[in-house]
Amino acid sequence: MTGIRISNLVKQWDDVRAVDDVSFDVPQGRLTVLLGPSGCGKSTILRMIAGLEDASAGEILIDGRDVTREDPSRRGVSMVFQSYALFPHLSVRENILFGLKVRRVPVAEQEKRLAEAAHMVGLGDLLDRKPANLSGGQRQRVALSRTIVANQPVCLMDEPLSNLDAKLRAEMRDEICALQRKLALTMVYVTHDQIEAMSMADQVVLLKDGQVEQTGTPSELYEMPRTTFAAGFLGMPPMNVLRMDQLSGAGMPKGAVPKAEPGCMLGIRPEHIRIAGKGLPVEVASTDYMGAETVLRLRHADEVVMARIHGRPQVVAGDRLNIAWAADEIHVFDETGTRRGSPDT
Amino acid sequence: MRHVHGWLLLTPAAILLVSFTHYPTIATVINSFFSKGNSVRPSRFIGLGNYEAMTQDPIFWKVLFNNMWFALGTIPTSIGLAIIMALAVNRAMPGRSFVRMAYFTPTILPMIAVANIWLFFYSPDIGLIDQITGWFGFSSHNWLGDPDTVLSSIIVMTVWKEAGFFMIFYLAALQHIPPELGEAAKLEGASRWYYFRRVVFPLLMPTTLFVLINAVLNSFKLVDHLFVLTKGGPDNASNLLLYYIFENAFSYFDTNYAATLTVVLLGLLAVMALVQFFVLDRRIHYR
Repeated sequence: MTGIRISNLVKQWDDVRAVDDVSFDVPQGRLTVLLGPSGCGKSTILRMIAGLEDASAGEILIDGRDVTREDPSRRGVSMVFQSYALFPHLSVRENILFGLKVRRVPVAEQEKRLAEAAHMVGLGDLLDRKPANLSGGQRQRVALSRTIVANQPVCLMDEPLSNLDAKLRAEMRDEICALQRKLALTMVYVTHDQIEAMSMADQVVLLKDGQVEQTGTPSELYEMPRTTFAAGFLGMPPMNVLRMDQLSGAGMPKGAVPKAEPGCMLGIRPEHIRIAGKGLPVEVASTDYMGAETVLRLRHADEVVMARIHGRPQVVAGDRLNIAWAADEIHVFDETGTRRGSPDT
Repeated sequence: MRHVHGWLLLTPAAILLVSFTHYPTIATVINSFFSKGNSVRPSRFIGLGNYEAMTQDPIFWKVLFNNMWFALGTIPTSIGLAIIMALAVNRAMPGRSFVRMAYFTPTILPMIAVANIWLFFYSPDIGLIDQITGWFGFSSHNWLGDPDTVLSSIIVMTVWKEAGFFMIFYLAALQHIPPELGEAAKLEGASRWYYFRRVVFPLLMPTTLFVLINAVLNSFKLVDHLFVLTKGGPDNASNLLLYYIFENAFSYFDTNYAATLTVVLLGLLAVMALVQFFVLDRRIHYR
């Protein structure tokens, strides 16, 4: 059964097409991340699912029911906003209960859900505070509780962690994931942060310029990027995408550099590059020591190659050395930037 | 040395405050204890004599009650209208800035000009209102000449003038409310009225307090309109406290009685401002 089905969704603002014929499925009870750079239309898609924006064309189905023109409150969705959208004059308790009061849920039921939600996110003793007296993480928890008490099958999240510091962000990532699994929520999560996407998602929908670039599990996106954009968006540092006619296979393992075709690109992840006795000659431009590993910025002709080397290699800027990689680690893209089948052998 | 610099910096403001606020206030209070002087009998200290005379003065009570009705008639209506107008122009719509400007125009116009415009509206027979009602077969009415309608006529004009001014404050406050709050409420199925009642109106309360204090002050400050329109008449039916003070001071030259009335006015305003601050302030959420 399908949680949410988006088909041929379009959003047109005057002369800008923010969302351009987007289709994907969100499996029920799973966490789907809409990932992309800012301005790629991911938030607009989320807002159209919520019903806060009208779709210019296309359909949105939730649990098989066409909700494209449905009122937002009758779609069975709850939403966490980037700014949390807490009512500043209401206490935490009133903020959490706001939706239940609107929907005239019986008071006993309200109290029960409130207690459950507050316990689940650890807000128990903060219920009488105003949002202004809460930390960023606590506000985030209030926003999450609102989602929990709403008891809606679908939960939409619009960059919920972008206002938090790095440590808290990692913590909240785990909590959101745990919550999603515990409540078996169908969750659509918008972010521009690839770490959030990789670590949280069951499925990633990668967007670029209002179009779907690739859909798949995080490992599919990482290991089999369909385009050079996908290859460059995921990974820290991203995949090296090199012009093939600049490379020569001399000294490399067989198949590591396939025969050059005009416009073709070769992709290689930085962690798959190793320093070798013979191979591609490069000059070290800079080194970034990270502790467990070192990121080298290498130069070969006009190309810049990033390499992640385990530990602390004995190189300094200006050194010349050779690098190599295995034949089964390469990705080949044609002149349009689209992946060529599986790596050439 | 440092506190000398501090005092030097404070001096210009202090001089202005003392000479135009503190000194006149104190002088007024002192004056109110003296009798009206003339060339034969110089002014002398009579203690609370002026206050006693005031309580015996039927016109004083009349203008006080007039002022109360005027405040009750203008304040809630103009605040209500201001909120409605602000909500109306706080959304995307064609000609928005034109409508905003139109609402604000009465505030920009000089008071005397406004009064003259309304004088024309209210004139019997040839006035705008009488001409329009005349088409529907109503007989002409001297709006400003009839003691029963004169105060209401002035109230209508004041509401027209103040609502646009207050709208600007509400508009500014509305634009500070993040749109996500409305979206969050919409997702829960809150009606527009429910959202206004539970979220928008409470968030506007700081503005409402500010506007309320201004409205109260304005309702006691009205002089220029009365000067042009009615001169407080007929039979003091539209006379208000400050205009009565003005009359006493500059028509009857009884500055001591005017000072007495002024002390009463100041006392009234101070009490009302304190009540507003201490009673309302506690219930207001400030961001």
